[in-house]
Amino acid sequence: MLVPVVFSISNSFKPLDELFVFPPRFFVRNPTLDNFLTLPSLFSDSLVPLSRYILNTVFLTVTGTVGSIFIASMAAYVLEKKRFKMQNVIFNIVVNTLLFTPTVTAIPNFLILSKIGFIDSYAAILIPVMGSSLNVFLMKQFMVGIPNTILEAARIDGAGEQRIFWKIVMPSAKPAWMTLIIFSIQNLWGVTGGSYIYSEELKTLPYALSQVMSAGIVRAGASAAISTLMMIVPVCVFIITQSNIMETMMSSGIKE
Amino acid sequence: MKNAAPGKMRINKDKCFSFFYLAPFLIIFTVFTLLPVLISFALSFTSFNGLEFPKFVFFDNYLDLFLSDDEFLLGLKNTLIIALFTGPIGYFASLILAWLLNELSPRLRAVMVLVFYAPSISGGAYMIWQLLFNSDAYGYVNAILLRLNLINEPIQWFTDTRYMLPLVIAVTLWMSLGTGFLALVAGLQGVDKSLYEAGYVDGVRNRWQELWFITLPCLGPQLLFSAVMSISSAFSVGAVTTALCGFPSTDYAAHTLMNHLEDYGSIRFEMGYACAIATILFALMLLTKAIAQKIIRNVGQ
Repeated sequence: MLVPVVFSISNSFKPLDELFVFPPRFFVRNPTLDNFLTLPSLFSDSLVPLSRYILNTVFLTVTGTVGSIFIASMAAYVLEKKRFKMQNVIFNIVVNTLLFTPTVTAIPNFLILSKIGFIDSYAAILIPVMGSSLNVFLMKQFMVGIPNTILEAARIDGAGEQRIFWKIVMPSAKPAWMTLIIFSIQNLWGVTGGSYIYSEELKTLPYALSQVMSAGIVRAGASAAISTLMMIVPVCVFIITQSNIMETMMSSGIKE
Repeated sequence: MKNAAPGKMRINKDKCFSFFYLAPFLIIFTVFTLLPVLISFALSFTSFNGLEFPKFVFFDNYLDLFLSDDEFLLGLKNTLIIALFTGPIGYFASLILAWLLNELSPRLRAVMVLVFYAPSISGGAYMIWQLLFNSDAYGYVNAILLRLNLINEPIQWFTDTRYMLPLVIAVTLWMSLGTGFLALVAGLQGVDKSLYEAGYVDGVRNRWQELWFITLPCLGPQLLFSAVMSISSAFSVGAVTTALCGFPSTDYAAHTLMNHLEDYGSIRFEMGYACAIATILFALMLLTKAIAQKIIRNVGQ
């Protein structure tokens, strides 16, 4: 199952003649760094330097991930641990909208974004991400496992709701938000901003890289290097968060 | 109780807290998720080309779909077949794998989870299948079959109607360890270990009973989450068929509802019609989810 990852990495070190050898070879024979080294020069005469695209994507990924996880956790806590009218109705709507195909909501979404005036700004990407039903669903399902008795005990000890949320709920839901970090970064790191962002200086790294890849055969080497570069960040985040999840529950010690 | 005031204030404060914690999500969700869904649903009763104002046509779109659109019916059939195979198998594979991986040491587990999740991370994951099932004699599978004298000429894997659907199902299954799988892996970490000891005292005799009576009930919320994710991905298979078999596929043999929707939504710009397809897909998923929810409720009984 690791084959596509290995293949992509191996490809990015192949010299041009090896990329096109027929029949195709799986592993690289004469590894070279050329594919990576040519990348900066490809952007040397573009309007916006490569570093700007990288900065844009890093900004989007970090802000979007942090913001969406906090907003989702706060909502999930209220939906799971508080009692109020319409609670179940709201939650059912949130879950069921997960099943609706995003393809057809693209046009209504664009109309709404342009009405509000978010088009050609990062709000068009960042704000909708923070209302993700997937995040709230996942967080809420995990918070079911936090015993009410502990929250009640904290209340009796005089802890305010804010304190309970930040000091008890969030730490014990760590496996949940660690998992959300993976989904969120995987998603935002690949955002091209296609139909929402028009200004060149706001465009993202995947957008800039897709320009290079659209050159096809001419840029086959650079494309292979790009695929690997785009994959490295989600994979690293994955490894870091996964090894963290494993230690959480043992250390938090919150049990009934 | 000396006076009621602090208690009342506390309830008010509590309401305030709930409101401010829920409001940001609820507002954004309503504007950017719920509203577009409702608009799409409304559009399914109209004829809309994306430019002119939608024209109300009652149930025409739905009638057309079921009465005069053969590709839709074919797509519906293919989607149901794909969902029937990939949904349950993918779901149980995620569950069993997550359960087995939970036994490993933390480091090894992190590595193995990465291995199984890799197809979902790497962008061009289909590429490897194209290489394996390349339709000339150099494709790995064809080369092996030729060498073993099982076939006389290379098989056109992705254009021969006999092989297209099974291959799509295989690739979808291979990629099915995604969101739900990770949620289950994380969920298993939260199962209280002391419950197992208590269980063995109460007469749990083997690992299967342990799984059924202790692990699964503790995992209930994640089971539902992962089921919803499985349903959603099993019914919306579309990108895989386009990448492997092209669009439109030969004789529409790998045509799915998702392909049909994209055809009308982003190529022909008959948005009303596309929204009707989306609504039917949505109804199918809701029905399946209701069934899954019923089953999950009975786990551990």
